[in-house]
Formats: sequence, C-alpha cells, structure tokens
Amino acid sequence: MYSEKVMDHFTNPRNMGELENPSSVGTVGNARCGDIMRIYLDVDENRVIRQCTFKTFGCGAAVAASSMATELVKGKTVEEALLVTNKTVMEALDGLPPVKVHCSLLAEEAIHAALWDYAQKNNLKIDGLQKPGNGIHEDGGEEY
Amino acid sequence: MDKVIYLDNAATTRMLPEAVEGMIPYFAEYYGNASSIYRLGQESRKAVSRAREIIAESIHADASEIYFTGSGSEADNWALIEAARSYASKGKHIITSAIEHHAVLHTCRHLEKMGFEITYVDVDEEGILKLEDLRKAVRPDTILISVMFANNEIGTLQPIKEIAAIAKENDILFHTDAVQAYGHVPVYVDELSIDMLSASSHKLKGPKGVGFLYIRKGVNIRAFIHGGGQERNRRAGTENVPGIVGFGIAASQAAACMDQEAGYVASLRDYLIERIEKEIPYCRLNGHRTRRLPGNINFSFSFIEGESLLIMLDQKGICASSGSACTSGALDPSHVLLATGLPHETAHGSLRLTLSGENTREELDYVVDSIKEIVGRLRQMSPLYEDFAKGKGKAYV
Repeated sequence: MYSEKVMDHFTNPRNMGELENPSSVGTVGNARCGDIMRIYLDVDENRVIRQCTFKTFGCGAAVAASSMATELVKGKTVEEALLVTNKTVMEALDGLPPVKVHCSLLAEEAIHAALWDYAQKNNLKIDGLQKPGNGIHEDGGEEY
Repeated sequence: MDKVIYLDNAATTRMLPEAVEGMIPYFAEYYGNASSIYRLGQESRKAVSRAREIIAESIHADASEIYFTGSGSEADNWALIEAARSYASKGKHIITSAIEHHAVLHTCRHLEKMGFEITYVDVDEEGILKLEDLRKAVRPDTILISVMFANNEIGTLQPIKEIAAIAKENDILFHTDAVQAYGHVPVYVDELSIDMLSASSHKLKGPKGVGFLYIRKGVNIRAFIHGGGQERNRRAGTENVPGIVGFGIAASQAAACMDQEAGYVASLRDYLIERIEKEIPYCRLNGHRTRRLPGNINFSFSFIEGESLLIMLDQKGICASSGSACTSGALDPSHVLLATGLPHETAHGSLRLTLSGENTREELDYVVDSIKEIVGRLRQMSPLYEDFAKGKGKAYV
C-alpha cells in the first residue's frame, strides 16, 4: 500500500525529535482524529533554516510525510520554505494512497504553523503566510 | 515468505490440514452438482449432508435447521432482512447492540431506510450488553433482537442466555451472530433458546467462502437468494461442495478439541495480558478480563497510533490488527472501543492480538518484547507523549 520511499521514511525517520531552544514550533492536527504533527525550526540570522525536526502522533504516512517535510525545508530560507506544499511532499514520497493525502496536507500546515510562530516571535511579515487554523479537521476534539 | 507469528485469528485462520485434504476429492473427482440425479452428483449431495449433520450436532440442532451460505455476513444479512420482512405485519421495531459487527450494523442501517426502527442498546465499559437497557427497549411492536455471541474486536462474551430469555418472555425472535464464538466456546441453540444463529467456516480453520444460518424449526423466514431449490428452497445457488466439506471437517475437529484448545489458548492469553500490563506503562486492557474469548487480547496504548504499531510489528514478522481509524480508512476509530467509553485518542492506539492453539509461549515472549520496543519508539516520536512527560497532557488510561 505504501511506496518504498514512504516505508523508508517511516522506518528510518529523518530529523525526529525535539529541538533544544528552537527558533519556533508549530503543532497541527488533533488527537481525536488520530494525527498530530509538531515541527521545530532553528533559523539563523539570515533567515535560513539551519535545522528542522519533528514529532508526530499518527499513521505510517503521517510519520513519513513529517520526515520528508523536514528534509525539504532544511537549508531553505523561511520564504523558500513556504513554497514547500503538500504536493511537494507527496511527490518526494513517490505518492501516497488516496486516503492518506491528508497526511501530506498536515505536513504542509505544520511547516506553516512553525513559520508563523517564527514570524510572530520576530515581528516579521512573510508574504503569503497565513495564521494557521485549528488543523485540518473541523469536528471538535482537543485542538492545538 | 519468511516465518510469521500469526496473531490475527479473528480475521481468519490457517486451515486445518485435514480439512484441506478432505476437500481435494471434491474439486476434480467428485465434481458433480449436488442437485443432479446421477451417481456422480449424489456423491456431492452425500458429502453436503454429512457436513450438515456434523454442524447440526455441534450446536445441538437438527440437520434440517442448518442452511449453508456463502459467508457469515450473508447469514447475518439474511437473518435480519428476511426476519424483518416476514414479521413486519407484527411490528417494525428491532433491537440490537451498539457493538455488533458491520454485517449486522450496516444491515440495520439498511433496514432503517426500509422503514424499520432500530434501537442500539449500549454496553458497559467492559463491553457487556446492559440487560436493563435491553429490557427497557422492548416494545409491543419489537419483532427481533439480534446480539452477537462474542465481539470480534474485544472478545467480550455476551450474556446470551439472559438476552434470549428476555426475547422469549416477550415473544420476540432472537438472532445471534456467533461468527467469532462458534467453534471456540460452546454454542448450543436449545440450551440458550436461540432462534437464529450465524457462523462462518474460516474462523475455525475451515475454508473461506462458507458459512451457515441456523433457523429454528417454526421460524418462518423466507429465502434471501432466489433462483433454485437448494437448501430446501431457502438459499438458491449451487452448493460450494468442497467448501462445505472442509467446513464440516473443521467444525468436527473444533468440537472434539474445544476444551483442550480453549484451555491452552486462554492460558497463553492470560500470560500475554499479564506481561503487557506489567511491562508497558499507560496501557489498558479492553473488554472484560474473564468473560472473553479464549484467544482475544485487546490493548490500548496511550500516545501512539495503531497503524504505525502494526507496520512495525509486521516488520518483525508479527501479524496483528488495530481499531485505529487509519487501518480502516475511516476518520473515526473503532465503534466498539468508542462504545465502551474509550476516548478517541486512546481508541486510535489499540492493538488486537487473536491467538490459536498453534501459538507458543516462546512466540509470545518475542511478541511482548517487540511491542515493548515499538511502543517505546513510537512514544519517543509522539508529541502527545512529550507533552505528557512535561506535565501538560493526560494519559487517558
């Protein structure tokens, strides 16, 4: 059901763990629906993402999408990171089963949430970046 | 394929070698249609009759009350839909439980669209039907009560005798989905006053694609599948002779070995439960501790999600299942776990292990060690666990 890339990122997740003194953190999703992603960013003075890590509660696709997302934004400026979309994540993973597409959306939102947190903390305005919503699920639950 | 440790016997079982062996002549040697008049056809007919006798005896029924079907689901659909149609003049109210298999629940939804009214009686937190609620749900226009014998996810054995007694007192038909129970625990239709009972072959080491519906003499429900005189005009379609033969052999073996097998499997189950509870923190045993199928184990592990757990177990050669939403493609986790009052977050992290007599204690030691390692790994990955460790979240169990 999953591509080799997905299985690889699930089995050997890249950049998994909490960052000490991160520049920013973004958490999306809710436990009620079965997936939560948290992205930590370490951004240098030139607004380049030095390090990006994640923690995820969710299925194999959610873990793989988080792992891939961290790889994709590492080394990019915050503006460039904004261009990493769910499509980019999906393509990099050689696709996801239709029922798992929302996992890549969640990864995109997690990055945006972390970027938003960075912008807030540094009084920055990043063009095209919007305040994150309550995650992708509309119905209740504990929200982040 | 590499050696696997198979702990998903509630999904299906490995066939009994004797059943495989016994089926073989009925593919290419005695291939006649059981309805044909010539001797070749009569061989098939005899084989079907023998299997019917064995199965009838195993539930203390008469052979004329056993109707072979293509699956347990078909038997459930037949029982509910045709009982509803046949007894509609008496009333249009049906009672079932909130934790039925989808073969019953979705059929009930279908019946609602046909104009029937269904009451879904709740279970307590151990998954046992609330008998008081059942009593209160009974109305003058109730025509059918359908409650499963044992639950497929959490293994809870329902108080069938009491439920059947309530049905009888009120002159209501009683059907039970015994797909998970038949062949594993004693299921006797007369002693328990069961009017209709569904069962399936592949849950007790028989072949897939065969089930039966027991219909008590005097219960007047019509055919569900039309177009032939098979099964005494009640279930059209050429008999799956090899399948029925295999089912008969598996049923006979299950009945003969039940006490011994159930005792051994239950001892394995209790060993596994004890080790998990002792060695893995923040877990909860789902279902009733003793009133459960001998082979069923169902745990929830806080802070982790079931599908991830299953994939990692698979990588270690362990076959298991989960009530997490992700494993079913749905948004909500198992309706059974939610009905027992488990919050969504914990229901997502459930693991079902269903054992057979082929499992060993050595295997289970490896399984517990693997679960321990994987749960630990997934918790390290989980933002919920991180919050909990920092005193910000709840463990829910």
